Amino acid sequence: MTTALIANVGTITGRNLHRLVRVPTLIAFATVQPIMFVLLFTYTWGGAVHPPGVIHYVDYVLPGTFVLAIAFGASQTGVAIADDLATGMIDRFRALPMARSAVLAGRTVADAVRNLFVLALMTGVGSLIGFRFHAGPGPALAAVGLALAIGVAFSWIFALLGLLVRDPESAGIGGLLAVIPLIFVSSTFVPVATMPGWLQAFAKLNPITVTVDALRALCLGGPTATHVWQALAWIVGLLIATIPVAVLRYRHTTT
Amino acid sequence: MGERAAIETEGLIKRFGSVTALDGVDLCVPAGTVVGLLGPNGAGKTTVVRVLATLLRPDAGRAWVDGRNVVGEAAAVRRVVGLSGQYAAVDGYLTGRENLRMIGRLSGLGVTATRSRADELVESFELTAAADRTARTYSGGMRRRLDVAASLVARPRLLFLDEPTTGLDPRGRLGLWNLLASLAADGVTLLLTTQYLEEADRLADRIVVLDAGRVIATGTAAELKARVGGDRLELQALPGADPVPLAAALAGLGTPMVDAELGRVVLPVADGPAILPEVATRLAAAGVRVADLALRRPTLDDVFLTLTGERSRVDSTDGEAEVTSP
Repeated sequence: MTTALIANVGTITGRNLHRLVRVPTLIAFATVQPIMFVLLFTYTWGGAVHPPGVIHYVDYVLPGTFVLAIAFGASQTGVAIADDLATGMIDRFRALPMARSAVLAGRTVADAVRNLFVLALMTGVGSLIGFRFHAGPGPALAAVGLALAIGVAFSWIFALLGLLVRDPESAGIGGLLAVIPLIFVSSTFVPVATMPGWLQAFAKLNPITVTVDALRALCLGGPTATHVWQALAWIVGLLIATIPVAVLRYRHTTT
Repeated sequence: MGERAAIETEGLIKRFGSVTALDGVDLCVPAGTVVGLLGPNGAGKTTVVRVLATLLRPDAGRAWVDGRNVVGEAAAVRRVVGLSGQYAAVDGYLTGRENLRMIGRLSGLGVTATRSRADELVESFELTAAADRTARTYSGGMRRRLDVAASLVARPRLLFLDEPTTGLDPRGRLGLWNLLASLAADGVTLLLTTQYLEEADRLADRIVVLDAGRVIATGTAAELKARVGGDRLELQALPGADPVPLAAALAGLGTPMVDAELGRVVLPVADGPAILPEVATRLAAAGVRVADLALRRPTLDDVFLTLTGERSRVDSTDGEAEVTSP
Protein backbone atom coordinates (compact mmCIF):
# COMPACT_ATOMS: atom_id res chain seq x y z
CA MET A 1 0.00 0.00 0.00
CA THR A 2 2.69 2.46 1.06
CA THR A 3 5.02 1.37 -1.74
CA ALA A 4 2.17 1.85 -4.21
CA LEU A 5 1.57 5.34 -2.80
CA ILE A 6 5.25 6.23 -3.08
CA ALA A 7 5.36 4.89 -6.65
CA ASN A 8 2.26 6.90 -7.58
CA VAL A 9 3.65 10.08 -6.02
CA GLY A 10 6.92 9.48 -7.87
CA THR A 11 5.11 9.14 -11.21
CA ILE A 12 3.13 12.33 -10.68
CA THR A 13 6.27 14.15 -9.52
CA GLY A 14 7.96 13.03 -12.74
CA ARG A 15 5.05 14.32 -14.78
CA ASN A 16 5.26 17.75 -13.17
CA LEU A 17 9.04 17.95 -13.47
CA HIS A 18 8.73 17.20 -17.19
CA ARG A 19 6.23 20.02 -17.48
CA LEU A 20 8.51 22.35 -15.50
CA VAL A 21 11.26 22.14 -18.09
CA ARG A 22 8.88 22.26 -21.07
CA VAL A 23 6.22 24.86 -20.31
CA PRO A 24 7.67 28.29 -21.12
CA THR A 25 5.76 30.19 -18.42
CA LEU A 26 6.87 27.68 -15.79
CA ILE A 27 10.50 27.99 -16.90
CA ALA A 28 10.22 31.77 -16.57
CA PHE A 29 8.64 31.46 -13.12
CA ALA A 30 11.56 29.31 -12.01
CA THR A 31 14.40 31.31 -13.55
CA VAL A 32 13.80 34.88 -14.74
CA GLN A 33 11.38 35.81 -12.00
CA PRO A 34 13.52 34.85 -8.98
CA ILE A 35 16.58 36.57 -10.45
CA MET A 36 14.47 39.63 -11.15
CA PHE A 37 13.18 39.70 -7.58
CA VAL A 38 16.71 39.57 -6.13
CA LEU A 39 18.05 42.33 -8.36
CA LEU A 40 14.97 44.57 -8.27
CA PHE A 41 14.48 44.65 -4.54
CA THR A 42 18.15 44.87 -3.71
CA TYR A 43 18.83 47.80 -6.00
CA THR A 44 15.56 49.75 -5.86
CA TRP A 45 14.88 49.54 -2.12
CA GLY A 46 18.40 48.89 -0.90
CA GLY A 47 19.27 52.60 -0.94
CA ALA A 48 16.19 53.65 1.01
CA VAL A 49 15.68 50.85 3.50
CA HIS A 50 18.24 50.44 6.26
CA PRO A 51 17.05 47.79 8.69
CA PRO A 52 18.83 48.00 12.04
CA GLY A 53 21.79 45.67 12.48
CA VAL A 54 22.22 44.92 8.76
CA ILE A 55 25.00 46.42 6.66
CA HIS A 56 23.99 45.22 3.20
CA TYR A 57 20.27 45.28 2.32
CA VAL A 58 20.79 42.18 0.15
CA ASP A 59 21.57 40.21 3.33
CA TYR A 60 18.24 41.40 4.74
CA VAL A 61 16.08 41.01 1.67
CA LEU A 62 17.32 37.72 0.22
CA PRO A 63 15.59 35.50 2.82
CA GLY A 64 12.44 37.54 2.09
CA THR A 65 12.72 37.05 -1.65
CA PHE A 66 13.18 33.30 -1.04
CA VAL A 67 9.69 33.22 0.43
CA LEU A 68 8.35 35.60 -2.22
CA ALA A 69 9.58 33.42 -5.10
CA ILE A 70 8.35 30.25 -3.41
CA ALA A 71 4.91 31.74 -2.78
CA PHE A 72 4.56 32.94 -6.36
CA GLY A 73 5.73 29.56 -7.61
CA ALA A 74 3.19 27.80 -5.41
CA SER A 75 0.40 29.93 -6.88
CA GLN A 76 1.14 28.14 -10.17
CA THR A 77 0.11 24.91 -8.48
CA GLY A 78 -3.41 26.27 -8.07
CA VAL A 79 -3.47 27.09 -11.77
CA ALA A 80 -2.15 23.65 -12.70
CA ILE A 81 -4.66 21.75 -10.57
CA ALA A 82 -7.56 23.86 -11.88
CA ASP A 83 -6.27 23.20 -15.38
CA ASP A 84 -6.15 19.45 -14.72
CA LEU A 85 -9.76 19.65 -13.59
CA ALA A 86 -10.85 21.65 -16.62
CA THR A 87 -9.11 19.38 -19.13
CA GLY A 88 -10.36 16.13 -17.63
CA MET A 89 -6.94 14.96 -16.37
CA ILE A 90 -8.24 14.73 -12.81
CA ASP A 91 -11.12 12.56 -14.05
CA ARG A 92 -8.64 10.32 -15.80
CA PHE A 93 -6.55 9.99 -12.61
CA ARG A 94 -9.60 9.45 -10.42
CA ALA A 95 -10.72 6.58 -12.63
CA LEU A 96 -7.36 4.83 -12.18
CA PRO A 97 -6.61 2.39 -9.36
CA MET A 98 -4.12 4.81 -7.80
CA ALA A 99 -3.68 6.46 -4.41
CA ARG A 100 -6.20 9.25 -3.87
CA SER A 101 -3.62 11.65 -2.50
CA ALA A 102 -0.93 11.06 -5.13
CA VAL A 103 -1.95 13.68 -7.69
CA LEU A 104 -1.73 16.47 -5.12
CA ALA A 105 1.23 15.07 -3.21
CA GLY A 106 3.23 14.47 -6.41
CA ARG A 107 2.60 18.03 -7.44
CA THR A 108 3.88 19.39 -4.12
CA VAL A 109 6.97 17.19 -4.24
CA ALA A 110 7.74 18.51 -7.74
CA ASP A 111 7.28 22.03 -6.38
CA ALA A 112 9.83 21.28 -3.67
CA VAL A 113 12.36 20.13 -6.28
CA ARG A 114 11.69 23.29 -8.24
CA ASN A 115 12.09 25.39 -5.09
CA LEU A 116 15.45 23.81 -4.32
CA PHE A 117 16.61 24.91 -7.77
CA VAL A 118 15.16 28.40 -7.28
CA LEU A 119 16.84 28.77 -3.88
CA ALA A 120 20.20 27.77 -5.34
CA LEU A 121 19.74 30.20 -8.23
CA MET A 122 18.77 33.08 -5.94
CA THR A 123 21.62 32.37 -3.55
CA GLY A 124 24.04 32.31 -6.49
CA VAL A 125 22.80 35.62 -7.88
CA GLY A 126 22.64 37.07 -4.37
CA SER A 127 26.22 36.14 -3.60
CA LEU A 128 27.36 37.84 -6.80
CA ILE A 129 26.00 41.10 -5.38
CA GLY A 130 27.24 40.69 -1.84
CA PHE A 131 24.98 38.22 -0.02
CA ARG A 132 26.67 35.90 2.50
CA PHE A 133 25.42 33.25 4.94
CA HIS A 134 26.84 34.84 8.10
CA ALA A 135 25.90 32.04 10.47
CA GLY A 136 27.80 29.21 8.78
CA PRO A 137 26.84 26.11 6.81
CA GLY A 138 24.64 24.40 9.44
CA PRO A 139 22.15 27.24 9.81
CA ALA A 140 22.37 27.86 6.05
CA LEU A 141 21.20 24.29 5.37
CA ALA A 142 18.51 24.68 8.01
CA ALA A 143 17.36 27.84 6.19
CA VAL A 144 17.06 25.90 2.93
CA GLY A 145 15.12 23.16 4.69
CA LEU A 146 12.77 25.64 6.31
CA ALA A 147 12.19 27.47 3.02
CA LEU A 148 11.37 24.14 1.35
CA ALA A 149 9.00 23.26 4.19
CA ILE A 150 7.01 26.50 3.92
CA GLY A 151 6.96 25.86 0.16
CA VAL A 152 5.26 22.49 0.70
CA ALA A 153 2.64 24.17 2.90
CA PHE A 154 2.04 26.87 0.26
CA SER A 155 1.73 24.23 -2.46
CA TRP A 156 -0.97 22.35 -0.55
CA ILE A 157 -2.86 25.58 0.11
CA PHE A 158 -2.82 26.49 -3.57
CA ALA A 159 -3.66 22.94 -4.63
CA LEU A 160 -6.77 23.21 -2.47
CA LEU A 161 -7.52 26.63 -3.96
CA GLY A 162 -7.26 25.16 -7.47
CA LEU A 163 -9.67 22.36 -6.57
CA LEU A 164 -12.15 24.84 -5.13
CA VAL A 165 -11.92 27.49 -7.85
CA ARG A 166 -11.75 25.01 -10.78
CA ASP A 167 -11.06 27.69 -13.36
CA PRO A 168 -7.35 28.14 -14.19
CA GLU A 169 -7.58 31.89 -14.75
CA SER A 170 -9.48 32.51 -11.53
CA ALA A 171 -7.00 30.32 -9.68
CA GLY A 172 -4.14 32.42 -11.05
CA ILE A 173 -5.73 35.73 -10.10
CA GLY A 174 -6.93 34.38 -6.76
CA GLY A 175 -3.41 33.18 -6.05
CA LEU A 176 -1.88 36.59 -6.72
CA LEU A 177 -4.55 38.37 -4.68
CA ALA A 178 -3.75 36.07 -1.77
CA VAL A 179 0.03 36.27 -2.07
CA ILE A 180 0.59 39.99 -2.65
CA PRO A 181 -0.94 41.40 0.57
CA LEU A 182 0.50 38.60 2.70
CA ILE A 183 3.97 39.21 1.28
CA PHE A 184 3.90 43.00 1.56
CA VAL A 185 2.31 43.13 5.01
CA SER A 186 5.15 41.13 6.49
CA SER A 187 8.83 41.48 7.24
CA THR A 188 9.74 40.33 3.71
CA PHE A 189 11.10 43.71 2.56
CA VAL A 190 10.96 46.08 5.53
CA PRO A 191 11.03 45.78 9.32
CA VAL A 192 7.49 45.39 10.67
CA ALA A 193 8.25 48.13 13.26
CA THR A 194 8.08 50.77 10.50
CA MET A 195 4.42 49.97 9.72
CA PRO A 196 1.42 51.71 11.34
CA GLY A 197 0.35 50.05 14.58
CA TRP A 198 -2.84 48.43 13.32
CA LEU A 199 -0.95 46.88 10.42
CA GLN A 200 1.85 45.69 12.69
CA ALA A 201 -0.59 43.53 14.58
CA PHE A 202 -1.46 41.65 11.39
CA ALA A 203 2.11 41.61 10.09
CA LYS A 204 3.40 40.03 13.29
CA LEU A 205 0.83 37.23 13.11
CA ASN A 206 1.42 36.66 9.40
CA PRO A 207 3.06 33.25 8.90
CA ILE A 208 5.20 34.84 6.20
CA THR A 209 6.71 37.25 8.76
CA VAL A 210 7.32 34.37 11.12
CA THR A 211 9.01 32.32 8.41
CA VAL A 212 11.05 35.18 6.95
CA ASP A 213 12.25 36.15 10.45
CA ALA A 214 13.33 32.57 11.05
CA LEU A 215 15.12 32.39 7.70
CA ARG A 216 16.80 35.72 8.36
CA ALA A 217 18.02 34.57 11.75
CA LEU A 218 19.43 31.40 10.16
CA CYS A 219 21.16 33.38 7.40
CA LEU A 220 22.40 36.38 9.39
CA GLY A 221 23.15 34.79 12.73
CA GLY A 222 21.80 35.61 16.16
CA PRO A 223 19.21 33.79 18.24
CA THR A 224 17.19 31.44 16.06
CA ALA A 225 15.31 28.97 18.25
CA THR A 226 12.12 30.94 18.92
CA HIS A 227 11.73 32.06 15.33
CA VAL A 228 12.35 28.60 13.92
CA TRP A 229 9.93 26.86 16.31
CA GLN A 230 7.23 29.41 15.54
CA ALA A 231 7.76 28.94 11.82
CA LEU A 232 7.67 25.15 12.13
CA ALA A 233 4.49 25.37 14.19
CA TRP A 234 2.86 27.44 11.46
CA ILE A 235 4.02 25.06 8.72
CA VAL A 236 2.81 21.96 10.53
CA GLY A 237 -0.47 23.67 11.37
CA LEU A 238 -1.05 24.69 7.76
CA LEU A 239 -0.26 21.16 6.53
CA ILE A 240 -2.61 19.57 9.05
CA ALA A 241 -5.34 22.01 8.08
CA THR A 242 -5.01 21.72 4.31
CA ILE A 243 -3.90 18.19 3.37
CA PRO A 244 -6.98 16.29 4.61
CA VAL A 245 -9.36 18.91 3.20
CA ALA A 246 -7.58 18.94 -0.16
CA VAL A 247 -7.50 15.13 -0.44
CA LEU A 248 -11.17 14.89 0.55
CA ARG A 249 -12.04 17.55 -1.98
CA TYR A 250 -10.08 15.66 -4.65
CA ARG A 251 -11.91 12.42 -3.89
CA HIS A 252 -15.33 13.99 -4.19
CA THR A 253 -14.66 16.52 -6.88
CA THR A 254 -17.18 16.42 -9.71
CA THR A 255 -16.91 18.25 -12.96
CA MET B 1 -21.37 -13.72 -5.64
CA GLY B 2 -24.29 -14.26 -7.99
CA GLU B 3 -23.90 -14.09 -11.73
CA ARG B 4 -23.98 -10.52 -12.85
CA ALA B 5 -23.61 -9.05 -16.31
CA ALA B 6 -20.54 -6.97 -17.12
CA ILE B 7 -22.53 -3.85 -16.35
CA GLU B 8 -25.76 -3.79 -14.38
CA THR B 9 -27.63 -0.88 -12.95
CA GLU B 10 -30.88 -0.71 -11.01
CA GLY B 11 -32.85 2.49 -10.75
CA LEU B 12 -29.92 4.87 -10.87
CA ILE B 13 -30.85 8.36 -9.79
CA LYS B 14 -28.57 11.35 -9.81
CA ARG B 15 -29.56 14.95 -9.21
CA PHE B 16 -27.50 18.09 -9.60
CA GLY B 17 -29.32 20.72 -7.61
CA SER B 18 -32.80 20.94 -9.11
CA VAL B 19 -31.79 19.07 -12.28
CA THR B 20 -32.47 15.34 -12.35
CA ALA B 21 -29.73 13.96 -14.58
CA LEU B 22 -30.64 10.30 -14.07
CA ASP B 23 -34.22 9.41 -13.30
CA GLY B 24 -34.13 5.67 -12.65
CA VAL B 25 -31.79 4.11 -15.18
CA ASP B 26 -31.73 0.31 -15.54
CA LEU B 27 -29.05 -1.20 -17.70
CA CYS B 28 -27.76 -4.68 -18.37
CA VAL B 29 -24.74 -5.17 -20.57
CA PRO B 30 -23.52 -8.74 -21.07
CA ALA B 31 -19.76 -9.30 -21.11
CA GLY B 32 -18.09 -8.97 -24.48
CA THR B 33 -20.83 -6.90 -26.07
CA VAL B 34 -20.87 -3.36 -27.37
CA VAL B 35 -23.62 -1.11 -26.13
CA GLY B 36 -24.31 2.34 -27.48
CA LEU B 37 -25.90 4.89 -25.17
CA LEU B 38 -27.74 7.20 -27.47
CA GLY B 39 -29.42 10.44 -26.63
CA PRO B 40 -29.45 14.20 -27.09
CA ASN B 41 -27.39 16.61 -25.00
CA GLY B 42 -28.50 16.51 -21.40
CA ALA B 43 -30.06 13.05 -21.70
CA GLY B 44 -27.78 11.73 -18.95
CA LYS B 45 -25.30 9.73 -21.03
CA THR B 46 -22.19 11.25 -19.49
CA THR B 47 -23.65 10.94 -16.00
CA VAL B 48 -24.21 7.20 -16.51
CA VAL B 49 -20.61 6.76 -17.63
CA ARG B 50 -19.29 8.81 -14.72
CA VAL B 51 -21.27 6.78 -12.21
CA LEU B 52 -20.03 3.51 -13.75
CA ALA B 53 -16.43 4.79 -13.80
CA THR B 54 -16.70 5.56 -10.02
CA LEU B 55 -16.33 9.30 -10.59
CA LEU B 56 -19.82 10.11 -9.33
CA ARG B 57 -21.89 8.57 -6.57
CA PRO B 58 -25.51 7.97 -7.49
CA ASP B 59 -28.11 9.51 -5.17
CA ALA B 60 -30.15 6.32 -5.33
CA GLY B 61 -30.09 3.00 -7.11
CA ARG B 62 -27.25 0.54 -7.50
CA ALA B 63 -24.67 -0.28 -10.13
CA TRP B 64 -22.26 -3.15 -10.62
CA VAL B 65 -19.34 -3.30 -13.00
CA ASP B 66 -17.77 -6.71 -13.49
CA GLY B 67 -19.81 -7.86 -10.51
CA ARG B 68 -18.44 -5.15 -8.18
CA ASN B 69 -20.53 -2.44 -6.66
CA VAL B 70 -19.37 0.93 -8.03
CA VAL B 71 -19.81 2.65 -4.67
CA GLY B 72 -18.73 0.00 -2.16
CA GLU B 73 -16.02 -1.62 -4.29
CA ALA B 74 -14.88 1.37 -6.30
CA ALA B 75 -11.20 0.46 -6.08
CA ALA B 76 -11.86 -3.00 -7.55
CA VAL B 77 -13.97 -1.47 -10.34
CA ARG B 78 -11.13 0.90 -11.25
CA ARG B 79 -8.81 -2.06 -11.78
CA VAL B 80 -10.92 -3.57 -14.56
CA VAL B 81 -12.24 -0.45 -16.27
CA GLY B 82 -10.75 1.93 -18.82
CA LEU B 83 -12.27 5.37 -19.29
CA SER B 84 -11.97 7.69 -22.22
CA GLY B 85 -13.82 10.80 -21.20
CA GLN B 86 -15.57 13.48 -23.17
CA TYR B 87 -12.40 15.53 -23.63
CA ALA B 88 -9.20 13.92 -24.80
CA ALA B 89 -7.49 14.03 -21.41
CA VAL B 90 -3.81 13.76 -22.20
CA ASP B 91 -0.97 15.91 -20.91
CA GLY B 92 -0.03 18.20 -23.79
CA TYR B 93 3.47 18.74 -22.44
CA LEU B 94 4.30 15.05 -22.27
CA THR B 95 5.05 13.06 -25.39
CA GLY B 96 2.59 10.42 -26.51
CA ARG B 97 4.80 7.69 -25.16
CA GLU B 98 5.31 9.49 -21.84
CA ASN B 99 1.56 9.89 -21.44
CA LEU B 100 1.03 6.17 -21.91
CA ARG B 101 3.87 5.29 -19.54
CA MET B 102 2.50 7.61 -16.89
CA ILE B 103 -0.91 5.95 -17.05
CA GLY B 104 0.73 2.50 -17.03
CA ARG B 105 2.73 3.24 -13.90
CA LEU B 106 -0.30 4.80 -12.18
CA SER B 107 -2.33 1.71 -13.06
CA GLY B 108 0.16 -0.40 -11.16
CA LEU B 109 2.12 -1.92 -14.05
CA GLY B 110 5.83 -2.45 -13.51
CA VAL B 111 8.43 -0.31 -15.25
CA THR B 112 9.32 -2.82 -17.96
CA ALA B 113 5.74 -3.95 -18.51
CA THR B 114 4.73 -0.31 -18.85
CA ARG B 115 7.42 0.39 -21.41
CA SER B 116 6.57 -2.52 -23.65
CA ARG B 117 2.85 -1.88 -23.34
CA ALA B 118 3.30 1.78 -24.28
CA ASP B 119 5.39 0.83 -27.32
CA GLU B 120 2.79 -1.73 -28.32
CA LEU B 121 -0.08 0.78 -28.11
CA VAL B 122 1.86 3.48 -29.94
CA GLU B 123 2.26 0.96 -32.74
CA SER B 124 -1.31 -0.30 -32.87
CA PHE B 125 -2.80 3.21 -32.66
CA GLU B 126 -0.58 4.40 -35.52
CA LEU B 127 1.20 6.98 -33.41
CA THR B 128 4.72 5.67 -33.96
CA ALA B 129 5.97 8.68 -35.93
CA ALA B 130 4.59 11.13 -33.35
CA ALA B 131 5.23 9.08 -30.22
CA ASP B 132 8.15 11.18 -29.04
CA ARG B 133 6.57 14.55 -29.77
CA THR B 134 4.65 16.40 -27.08
CA ALA B 135 0.93 15.76 -27.38
CA ARG B 136 0.13 19.45 -27.83
CA THR B 137 1.50 19.17 -31.37
CA TYR B 138 -1.04 16.44 -32.19
CA SER B 139 -4.11 16.85 -34.36
CA GLY B 140 -7.52 16.30 -32.78
CA GLY B 141 -7.67 12.80 -34.18
CA MET B 142 -4.23 11.88 -32.87
CA ARG B 143 -5.06 13.26 -29.43
CA ARG B 144 -8.22 11.19 -29.35
CA ARG B 145 -6.34 8.06 -30.41
CA LEU B 146 -3.78 8.71 -27.68
CA ASP B 147 -6.59 9.19 -25.18
CA VAL B 148 -8.20 5.88 -26.11
CA ALA B 149 -4.78 4.21 -26.06
CA ALA B 150 -4.21 5.59 -22.56
CA SER B 151 -7.46 4.04 -21.39
CA LEU B 152 -6.25 0.67 -22.66
CA VAL B 153 -2.78 0.60 -21.08
CA ALA B 154 -3.83 -1.68 -18.23
CA ARG B 155 -5.77 -4.01 -20.59
CA PRO B 156 -9.19 -3.30 -19.07
CA ARG B 157 -11.96 -5.85 -19.53
CA LEU B 158 -14.42 -2.99 -19.88
CA LEU B 159 -13.99 0.25 -21.70
CA PHE B 160 -16.22 3.29 -21.32
CA LEU B 161 -16.03 5.87 -24.06
CA ASP B 162 -17.87 9.17 -23.75
CA GLU B 163 -18.55 10.57 -27.21
CA PRO B 164 -15.30 9.15 -28.59
CA THR B 165 -15.57 10.65 -32.07
CA THR B 166 -16.88 14.12 -31.22
CA GLY B 167 -14.76 16.66 -33.05
CA LEU B 168 -13.11 14.17 -35.38
CA ASP B 169 -13.15 14.50 -39.15
CA PRO B 170 -14.77 11.66 -41.14
CA ARG B 171 -11.45 9.89 -41.66
CA GLY B 172 -10.52 10.10 -38.01
CA ARG B 173 -13.95 8.82 -37.08
CA LEU B 174 -13.61 5.85 -39.42
CA GLY B 175 -10.17 5.03 -38.05
CA LEU B 176 -11.41 5.07 -34.46
CA TRP B 177 -14.41 2.93 -35.37
CA ASN B 178 -12.09 0.30 -36.79
CA LEU B 179 -9.99 0.38 -33.62
CA LEU B 180 -13.05 -0.01 -31.42
CA ALA B 181 -14.38 -2.81 -33.59
CA SER B 182 -11.12 -4.72 -33.17
CA LEU B 183 -11.26 -4.21 -29.39
CA ALA B 184 -14.77 -5.62 -29.37
CA ALA B 185 -13.52 -8.56 -31.43
CA ASP B 186 -10.94 -9.18 -28.69
CA GLY B 187 -13.78 -9.52 -26.19
CA VAL B 188 -13.58 -6.15 -24.45
CA THR B 189 -16.99 -4.99 -23.23
CA LEU B 190 -17.59 -1.54 -24.67
CA LEU B 191 -20.03 1.08 -23.47
CA LEU B 192 -19.99 4.15 -25.65
CA THR B 193 -22.11 7.24 -25.60
CA THR B 194 -22.83 9.05 -28.78
CA GLN B 195 -25.10 11.56 -30.40
CA TYR B 196 -24.35 10.04 -33.77
CA LEU B 197 -26.88 7.42 -34.68
CA GLU B 198 -24.60 6.20 -37.43
CA GLU B 199 -21.95 5.46 -34.83
CA ALA B 200 -24.27 3.43 -32.63
CA ASP B 201 -25.66 1.70 -35.70
CA ARG B 202 -22.22 0.72 -36.86
CA LEU B 203 -20.52 -0.29 -33.61
CA ALA B 204 -23.13 -1.35 -31.11
CA ASP B 205 -24.67 -4.78 -30.68
CA ARG B 206 -27.39 -3.15 -28.65
CA ILE B 207 -28.54 0.42 -28.39
CA VAL B 208 -29.97 2.05 -25.30
CA VAL B 209 -31.83 5.27 -25.99
CA LEU B 210 -31.75 7.76 -23.14
CA ASP B 211 -33.89 10.84 -22.88
CA ALA B 212 -34.21 13.15 -19.89
CA GLY B 213 -32.46 10.68 -17.61
CA ARG B 214 -34.58 7.66 -18.54
CA VAL B 215 -34.11 4.68 -20.78
CA ILE B 216 -36.84 5.07 -23.39
CA ALA B 217 -35.91 2.14 -25.62
CA THR B 218 -33.47 -0.74 -25.88
CA GLY B 219 -32.75 -3.08 -28.73
CA THR B 220 -30.60 -3.80 -31.74
CA ALA B 221 -30.50 -1.17 -34.43
CA ALA B 222 -32.76 -3.37 -36.56
CA GLU B 223 -35.28 -3.84 -33.76
CA LEU B 224 -35.44 -0.13 -33.11
CA LYS B 225 -35.88 0.65 -36.77
CA ALA B 226 -38.68 -1.90 -36.95
CA ARG B 227 -40.54 0.08 -34.31
CA VAL B 228 -40.77 2.98 -36.70
CA GLY B 229 -42.24 0.74 -39.38
CA GLY B 230 -41.50 0.77 -43.09
CA ASP B 231 -40.65 3.68 -45.31
CA ARG B 232 -41.42 7.29 -44.62
CA LEU B 233 -42.72 9.82 -47.05
CA GLU B 234 -41.83 13.36 -46.10
CA LEU B 235 -43.66 16.32 -47.56
CA GLN B 236 -42.51 19.83 -46.89
CA ALA B 237 -45.06 22.64 -47.22
CA LEU B 238 -44.08 25.84 -49.03
CA PRO B 239 -42.39 28.37 -46.75
CA GLY B 240 -45.01 29.85 -44.45
CA ALA B 241 -47.77 27.58 -45.77
CA ASP B 242 -49.98 25.48 -43.50
CA PRO B 243 -49.06 21.78 -43.78
CA VAL B 244 -52.54 20.59 -42.73
CA PRO B 245 -54.00 20.66 -46.29
CA LEU B 246 -51.09 18.41 -47.32
CA ALA B 247 -52.08 15.90 -44.68
CA ALA B 248 -55.73 16.17 -45.72
CA ALA B 249 -54.82 15.36 -49.31
CA LEU B 250 -53.18 12.12 -48.14
CA ALA B 251 -56.20 10.95 -46.14
CA GLY B 252 -56.70 7.23 -46.46
CA LEU B 253 -53.13 6.43 -47.43
CA GLY B 254 -52.02 6.02 -43.85
CA THR B 255 -51.76 8.11 -40.70
CA PRO B 256 -49.95 11.31 -41.59
CA MET B 257 -48.10 13.06 -38.76
CA VAL B 258 -48.12 16.83 -38.96
CA ASP B 259 -45.29 18.93 -37.62
CA ALA B 260 -46.78 22.42 -37.76
CA GLU B 261 -43.59 24.04 -36.55
CA LEU B 262 -41.43 22.64 -39.34
CA GLY B 263 -44.27 22.77 -41.87
CA ARG B 264 -43.80 19.10 -42.51
CA VAL B 265 -45.97 16.06 -42.95
CA VAL B 266 -44.57 12.58 -42.45
CA LEU B 267 -46.46 9.58 -43.74
CA PRO B 268 -45.28 6.15 -42.64
CA VAL B 269 -45.99 3.69 -45.44
CA ALA B 270 -45.31 0.03 -46.03
CA ASP B 271 -44.06 0.35 -49.60
CA GLY B 272 -42.92 3.83 -50.47
CA PRO B 273 -42.07 3.50 -54.18
CA ALA B 274 -45.46 1.87 -54.91
CA ILE B 275 -47.45 4.67 -53.34
CA LEU B 276 -45.58 7.60 -54.90
CA PRO B 277 -47.72 7.95 -58.08
CA GLU B 278 -50.89 7.98 -55.98
CA VAL B 279 -49.47 10.69 -53.74
CA ALA B 280 -48.56 12.83 -56.74
CA THR B 281 -52.06 12.44 -58.18
CA ARG B 282 -53.70 13.36 -54.88
CA LEU B 283 -51.58 16.47 -54.47
CA ALA B 284 -52.31 17.59 -58.02
CA ALA B 285 -56.04 16.99 -57.55
CA ALA B 286 -56.12 18.95 -54.29
CA GLY B 287 -54.10 21.74 -55.88
CA VAL B 288 -51.52 21.89 -53.07
CA ARG B 289 -47.88 22.45 -53.88
CA VAL B 290 -44.95 21.12 -51.91
CA ALA B 291 -41.49 22.55 -51.42
CA ASP B 292 -40.01 19.08 -51.12
CA LEU B 293 -41.09 15.49 -51.26
CA ALA B 294 -38.77 12.74 -50.16
CA LEU B 295 -38.95 9.03 -49.59
CA ARG B 296 -36.75 7.76 -46.80
CA ARG B 297 -35.88 4.42 -45.30
CA PRO B 298 -36.00 4.57 -41.49
CA THR B 299 -32.79 5.62 -39.81
CA LEU B 300 -31.95 5.65 -36.15
CA ASP B 301 -32.68 9.38 -36.29
CA ASP B 302 -36.27 8.51 -37.09
CA VAL B 303 -36.26 6.00 -34.28
CA PHE B 304 -35.02 8.61 -31.94
CA LEU B 305 -37.47 11.27 -33.03
CA THR B 306 -40.34 8.79 -32.95
CA LEU B 307 -39.41 7.57 -29.49
CA THR B 308 -38.94 11.00 -27.98
CA GLY B 309 -42.11 12.14 -29.77
CA GLU B 310 -44.02 9.24 -28.24
CA ARG B 311 -42.79 10.18 -24.87
CA SER B 312 -43.88 13.78 -25.12
CA ARG B 313 -47.30 12.67 -26.35
CA VAL B 314 -47.67 10.35 -23.39
CA ASP B 315 -46.60 13.16 -21.10
CA SER B 316 -49.16 15.55 -22.57
CA THR B 317 -52.09 13.16 -22.02
CA ASP B 318 -51.78 13.32 -18.28
CA GLY B 319 -51.87 17.10 -18.48
CA GLU B 320 -53.76 19.24 -20.93
CA ALA B 321 -54.73 18.10 -24.38
CA GLU B 322 -52.07 18.47 -27.03
CA VAL B 323 -51.92 21.93 -28.44
CA THR B 324 -52.61 22.05 -32.14
CA SER B 325 -51.79 25.00 -34.29
CA PRO B 326 -54.80 27.11 -35.28
